[in-house]
Amino acid sequence: MSSNAPVTPNPWAEWRSATPARLALGRAGAGMPTDETLRFGWAHAMARDAIHAALDVDALEAALRAQHWDVARARSRAEDRTTYLRRPDLGRQLDPVDAQRLRVGVSRDCDVCLVIGDGLSSLAVARHAAPMLAALRAQLPPETRFSPVVIATQARVALADEVGELFGAALSVMLIGERPGLSSPDSLGIYLTHSPKRGRHDAERNCISNVRPEGLPCEAAAFKLAWLMRESLRRGLTGVGLKDESDLAVLEPGRPAPPLPG
Amino acid sequence: MRYRTTIAGQVFAFDDLKHVMAMASPARSGDYLAEIGAATAQQRMAARHVLAETPLKQFLTEALIPYESDNITRLIIDSHDAQAFAPVSHLTVGDFRNWLLSEQATTEALTALAPGLTPEMVAAVSKLMRNQDLVSVAKKCSVVTRFRDTIGLPGHLAVRLQPNHPTDDLRGVAASTLDGLLYGAGDAVIGLNPVSDSMQVLGRLLHMLDEVIQRFEIPTQSCVLTHVTNTLKLAEAGAPVDLVFQSIAGTEKANLSFGVTPELLAEAHAAALALNRGTVGNNVMYFETGQGSALSANANFGVDQQTCEVRAYALARRYEPLLINTVVGFIGPEYLYDGKQIIRAGLEDHCCGKLLGLPIGCDICYTNHAEADQDDMDNLLVLLGTAGINFIMGIPGADDVMLNYQSTSFHDALFLRQTLGLKRAPEFEAWLQRMQITDAAGQLAPPSANRLLADMSGLAALGQ
Repeated sequence: MSSNAPVTPNPWAEWRSATPARLALGRAGAGMPTDETLRFGWAHAMARDAIHAALDVDALEAALRAQHWDVARARSRAEDRTTYLRRPDLGRQLDPVDAQRLRVGVSRDCDVCLVIGDGLSSLAVARHAAPMLAALRAQLPPETRFSPVVIATQARVALADEVGELFGAALSVMLIGERPGLSSPDSLGIYLTHSPKRGRHDAERNCISNVRPEGLPCEAAAFKLAWLMRESLRRGLTGVGLKDESDLAVLEPGRPAPPLPG
Repeated sequence: MRYRTTIAGQVFAFDDLKHVMAMASPARSGDYLAEIGAATAQQRMAARHVLAETPLKQFLTEALIPYESDNITRLIIDSHDAQAFAPVSHLTVGDFRNWLLSEQATTEALTALAPGLTPEMVAAVSKLMRNQDLVSVAKKCSVVTRFRDTIGLPGHLAVRLQPNHPTDDLRGVAASTLDGLLYGAGDAVIGLNPVSDSMQVLGRLLHMLDEVIQRFEIPTQSCVLTHVTNTLKLAEAGAPVDLVFQSIAGTEKANLSFGVTPELLAEAHAAALALNRGTVGNNVMYFETGQGSALSANANFGVDQQTCEVRAYALARRYEPLLINTVVGFIGPEYLYDGKQIIRAGLEDHCCGKLLGLPIGCDICYTNHAEADQDDMDNLLVLLGTAGINFIMGIPGADDVMLNYQSTSFHDALFLRQTLGLKRAPEFEAWLQRMQITDAAGQLAPPSANRLLADMSGLAALGQ
C-alpha cells in the first residue's frame, strides 16, 4: 500500500521469528490490514488449488521410471473430486476394473507394496513422492522385493490395504497428500501397515506426517520409515503396538546417523 | 411405533422416531454418508410434519438408542427432571417451537426448564426452526460460569486464546499468547492444543502458561488440551492444572473410542475441584464436541449427526463445565460440506447447548477441503454474536499453524465487539485497563502506553 497511515502497526513484530503463526499483523480499525488480507487470501488460494488440482500421473510415472521403478496405475471408486470429498468410503476401495487388472498382471511375492495416493494435496505428491522413494530405497537392503509402485487417484489411506492384499505384501507403504493448511499446502503423509488387507483400522498403522522440506525432509523421513519397516517385519505388527523409537537408533553404534530435520 | 402422514394425497411413512429425526434434518453430507438422510425434499418436509405433531413426551418413552445398550441414553433418562419439564409436558414438538419463540419463554423460564429437557427434544425442535429462530431462542438463554473470571453475562463475549505451535516450542507459544493478550483476547481461557503427548512437554507447557498468568496477575485460566488421563497424571505430579479438558461425544461407543466414560469424567471433575485454583467460581471442566464424531467412530447407531451432538451436551452438563466448545467445521466436508451446512450446524449446536443449560461457545472454522472461506466464517460470527454466544476462538490471523485449519482471529473478536457492542468478562476487562492495553471504553489503547509491552525484559524470559 502506498500509505500505511490508517494502519496501527504492532511494535512486537520481532516475535514473529519465534513462530510461523500470523502474529503482530497490525490493524486497520478492528480489521486486518490490506496486506495481510491479501497474504491470507493467497495462502488459501494455494491450499484450495492443491486440493482440486488433478495429479499429473504421466509426469510422476516418468520420474519414477527414471529411477527404475516399475509403475502401475489405479483409481479408487470415487469417480470425481466432489464424490471423493463426500464419500471417503469410496476413496478406500479400488475401482473393480483396476483391481482385476492389478490382480492379473502382478506376481504375488513382494515384501513391500508401494502406493502413491493423490489424497488431499496432489502438489505434495508431485513434489515429494519421487524424492521420498529414492531416499527410501537408499535406506533399505538391495534385496528388498518391491511391488510395482501403484499411482492411485482419488485415493484415501486405506486404499493401500486392498492393493497390498492383492499383491500379498508383508507391508504396505502409502505416500499420500495431506490436508493442506495455509502455511503447508504440500505436506506428504506416509502410512505403514503390516499384513495389509481390507478392513484394517487406523490404529493398526504407523504414520509419518508433515514430510516436506520445511517440515520433515525426505532423508529424515526415509530413515524413520526404514526403521519402522524393519521393526514391523521383525515384530510382525504395525500400529499402536509399534512406537517410533528411530531417534534412539542413532545412539547405537554401527548405524549411520540420519540427517537432522531442519 | 410407525409414523405416517399424508400430504397432498401422498402417504409418507417412517419406521420409528429415529428415522423421522434423521429425515427431518436439513440436508447434511454426514447424514448421507450414514445413509439416513431424506431421499427427497418432499420426504424431508413430510418428516418435519410428523415431527411437529409428535408429543415431547414421546422422547421419554421411545429411546433412539436403546436404554439397555447405551450409558448416555441411561444418563439422559435417569437424570430427567419431570418437575422442571411440567410446564411444556403437554406440548407437541411443533407447539414447543411456538412456545420457545413466544413471550412466555423468558430467560427465567428457559433457565428453569433446562433440566426438564432431553437432548432429543431439543434436537427435534431445532429441526423445525429456521436460522433466525435458532438465533432468537438462543439469545434468550443465559448461562453464566466462573473460574477466575465471569463468562456468559448478557451483552458479553469471551475469547479462547489458542496459541498453538507446530512443535510445541515454548517461545513460539509465548509469542502467540502475548499477541492475543495485546489484542485483548483470552478471557475464556488460554487453551493450547499440544502436538506432543509427552508428560514432560505437557508439564512444561502448563508451567509456562501458568507463569504468564501469575506474572501478570491475569484473571483468566489456562488449559493444555490433552486426554483426561494425562491431565489427571499431571495434576497428581503437581503441575498447575486450572481446567480439565476432554473431547466427548453422544454415544457410549463413541466415547469409548475417545477413551472416556462418565465415571472417568466424574473422577477428573472431583480431582479438579480438589485443586481449588479458581478465584471467583468452581466451574473446572472444558469440553469439546462436534457434529460427525459419532459417525466417524462408527458409533452413531443410525441416529442423525446433530442429535448425536446434542446428546454429548447431556453428558457435559453433569460436570458443570466452565466452557463447552463445538468445533463446528473442523471435521471436514464428508460431514459438513460447505459454508451453508457449517453455518446451520453452528447455529443449531449453540441454540441446543443453551437450551440444555450449557455455557457453549463455537470454534467457527473450516478446513481447506470444505467449500467454505472467511466470508462464511464472518457470516456465522455475526449470527452467533447476535445469538449471544458465550465465547469464540482467537487465533493469530485466524490460521492455526499446528492443526492446519482456519478459525476466527483476535481481529474478528474486536470486530464483533465493536459492531455489536459486546463486552469482555468484567474481571478481564478491568485487568486490560489496568495494563493500559485497552482504554476506559474497552478499545485498544495506543501501544506506547501498554504496560504489558513495557515489560519487555520480563517477556523475553518467558519460555526459556
